[in-house]
Amino acid sequence: MTAARRNGSILQRLVWRIPFAWLFAFFLLPFLIVVKISLSQTAIAQPPYAPVFDLAAGWHGVVAFIKGLSLDNYRLVGSDPIYVLSYVKSVEIAAFSTLLLLLVGFPIAYGIARTPRRVQAVLVLLTVLPFWTSQLIRVYAWMNILQRDGPLNDVLMALRLVKEPPAWLATDTAIYIGIVYSYLPFMVLPVYAILQKLDESLLEAAADLGCPRWKTFWLVTLPLSSSGIMAGVLLCFIPIIGEFVIPDLLGGSQSPMIGQTIWLEFFGNKDWPVASAVAVVLVFLLVTPIVFYQNRAMPVLERD
Amino acid sequence: MVDQLSLDIYQGEFFALLGPSGCGKTTLLRLIAGLERPNAGRVLLDGVDLTPEPPYRRPVNLMFQNYALFPHLNVEANVGFGLKQEGLAKREIGRRVADMLALVKLEGYGARKPHELSGGQRQRVALARSLVKRPRVHLLDEPMAALDKKLRGETQFELMELQRQVGLTFVIVTHDQSEAMTLAHRIGVMDRGRLMQVAPPADVYERPDSRWVADFIGDVNLLEGRLGDDRVSIEGTAAGRLRVAAEAVAPAGAMVWVAVRPERVRISRQPPLPGLDNCVAATVVDIGYFGDKSVYKLRIRDGSLLKAAINRGADGDGAVGVGEQVWLTWPPEAARVLTR
Amino acid sequence: MRKVSAFNIAAIFVGIAFLYLPIAVLVIYSFNASRLVAVWGGWSTRWYAELLNDEPLLDAASISIRLALTSATLATVLGTMAALALVRFGRFRGRLAFAAMVYAPLVMPEVITGLSLLLLFVAVAADRGFWTVAVAHTTMAVCFVTVIVQSRLIDFDMSLEEAAMDLGAPPLRTFASVTLPLIFPAIAAAWMLAFALSVDDLVIASFTTGPGATTLPIRIYSEVRLGVKPEMNAVCAIMVAVVGAAVIIASLLAKIIGARGTPVQARS
Repeated sequence: MTAARRNGSILQRLVWRIPFAWLFAFFLLPFLIVVKISLSQTAIAQPPYAPVFDLAAGWHGVVAFIKGLSLDNYRLVGSDPIYVLSYVKSVEIAAFSTLLLLLVGFPIAYGIARTPRRVQAVLVLLTVLPFWTSQLIRVYAWMNILQRDGPLNDVLMALRLVKEPPAWLATDTAIYIGIVYSYLPFMVLPVYAILQKLDESLLEAAADLGCPRWKTFWLVTLPLSSSGIMAGVLLCFIPIIGEFVIPDLLGGSQSPMIGQTIWLEFFGNKDWPVASAVAVVLVFLLVTPIVFYQNRAMPVLERD
Repeated sequence: MVDQLSLDIYQGEFFALLGPSGCGKTTLLRLIAGLERPNAGRVLLDGVDLTPEPPYRRPVNLMFQNYALFPHLNVEANVGFGLKQEGLAKREIGRRVADMLALVKLEGYGARKPHELSGGQRQRVALARSLVKRPRVHLLDEPMAALDKKLRGETQFELMELQRQVGLTFVIVTHDQSEAMTLAHRIGVMDRGRLMQVAPPADVYERPDSRWVADFIGDVNLLEGRLGDDRVSIEGTAAGRLRVAAEAVAPAGAMVWVAVRPERVRISRQPPLPGLDNCVAATVVDIGYFGDKSVYKLRIRDGSLLKAAINRGADGDGAVGVGEQVWLTWPPEAARVLTR
Repeated sequence: MRKVSAFNIAAIFVGIAFLYLPIAVLVIYSFNASRLVAVWGGWSTRWYAELLNDEPLLDAASISIRLALTSATLATVLGTMAALALVRFGRFRGRLAFAAMVYAPLVMPEVITGLSLLLLFVAVAADRGFWTVAVAHTTMAVCFVTVIVQSRLIDFDMSLEEAAMDLGAPPLRTFASVTLPLIFPAIAAAWMLAFALSVDDLVIASFTTGPGATTLPIRIYSEVRLGVKPEMNAVCAIMVAVVGAAVIIASLLAKIIGARGTPVQARS
């Protein structure tokens, strides 16, 4: 019934095949290459892995190629504590910082949703505005603040809360501060979007039926905002797992997150196959919560 | 949605499609406009088959229920949109748009955006936009639905006047029977994708050809019975033996229904003369007061309910109260035999 | 009437302060005359003046801007097409695979997107530089554009297109004269987001870049890795100012367009 559908099929096909072709070539195909290289061996060569797929060798080339593939890299990733600890640390930091984000973000979203409409628009803009500036800059701003002789310690010393200026940088605390700071809009916005739609008369009805305010919050507000909370949790949790800039600039070097590990394997050790294997495992790690979430999110994304 | 339906609409006619929501009347309109494709069947205009034509090549224009005014264009550009598609000269477009805005009494509003207009003004812009193309058939989908009740009454008369002035064929879709009655030369009553009856408004009301139409248009009392040999008497109804004025078109002995409009039923305290037809004893159950009239609910011998509507100031004292025993009568010409 | 409690106001106030204080500190420090960032040496604009002589940094800025213009425009075209296909084409063959491929990059960690694109460019022996980063940034941004434009298309009142066709406009002209102007605010917003994503990106650019294509974030990152630097405070302050001004102007523009009725009526 649409314009495009009526207008012959050639144009219509182009409209979806061009982006499809682009994403196939630059998203799907590269990932398949990653999978392939993760099954290869490191080699001192250019490119630094073997076997190399050689079409010129014909069928024998294909057979030789397949025989050359192995799961060794995955065995390494599964057994070497460097990688395992790296995954565990990523999930741990993502889970704990998502919880922190929820605790910090929900009251802000709730507060914004209760202000008059005109104020809401301004507050939402204020919340989103920092998100438009580079994450690198926002993390760098914290490097200024968290320095040993930086303003945070100045304040703490002036208030006599600490005797010695503590080291903040290169600690997990700094990572948490950086993550909560960077991802706060991702938690506030979806929760706000749901709370703002919440029918005020439901709260009035609860009050009318004799429910005290704190109980109304537990029994009405929270259950009705669960989809927003869920969206916020996933919008934060998933990208935090793969985070690189924040732990790299604010965290210590002793236990890297998984994004740093991939970076290090790739640029530092030049071990492309292992970096690829770590990446493939990470993708599967991420797919699990997404598949779980898909049942909720897809109908929202694809109402049609 | 629309099933097995054949309908002729005449040149210069004001035709109304009337039916409950979801009966397929809007689908029928969209089929004529070309916005829906039929799986089978054809749409002909002056004998020319329009069915394969896309909407933008049909000499037919639709006024949308929600008006579908382009929010990014002002009133003038909205009304001129269709003429621009015909490739007319700017000056010609300007002239026709100005004429049309004058006709719908919107001079001076050309530069406004749709959201700066009232509901009634928006409706007139939508009307002007589809009329300015001088369509061979002008389709209107519930044109009054978004207006409040008072404005609706005025607009109905303006619309009739407008149709007379431009002399175009109008097909209107509505679920409001009084609107259809007021506006149209002929009414097509639809139910579940089927056309139940096509007739002038008075005929649809006075001479419905089915129980469904009789019940949908206004109020009706229906009494089931067996048609007698003389084809004017009906035996064994809840109100006894009934008579109608016109011979029924059905075989003797068939099961039929007698339809009587409530306003044709008379209420009387006195027992009628013996031997009078169409006479039944009843008890008043309930009285609804409507200002200009009162509607009585009456229970007859077998327990079923009949309705009688008595106009204020009509003959009879009207002082009948709930619980009273009364007699109901109606003349044979007020009753009609329905076979389906 | 809603009641705003003291707790609500406190939460908002603390939240906004938390979001803006670090940026304020950054901007204040950028005017610090002292080379030691943490030691206040009086107000000065010397670091801004020094930036003007920092050729590599200016080059990086110009590359970043050209890169963002290119990739935002490409991503907006591709993403709008994808959104049209997803919302308007019903159940065409391959739709599920298409939808999966459109949304998947949303959740792909940047490290993996960068790594996989680099491996692709190595596999096809492409010279790495401006265009490889442009392709990478376009790929990353397409899905965001799609989501934004798609949500506008879903809200779109189809009777407006039907009205245009009923009044004699063929499909393409209907699209150009009715659909496009009405979804334009979403397309503009999507373009801005794609632009910002490209200017901000460090990780993907680091993987896919080559000689002569050092972007501003790569440059800043290599400078600040080992600690804060006053020149970088100045660079960051400028970027914050530019982005802040752009977003505020854009939202004011959106409000003016909104007041002229574009999105309001279509929704009612």
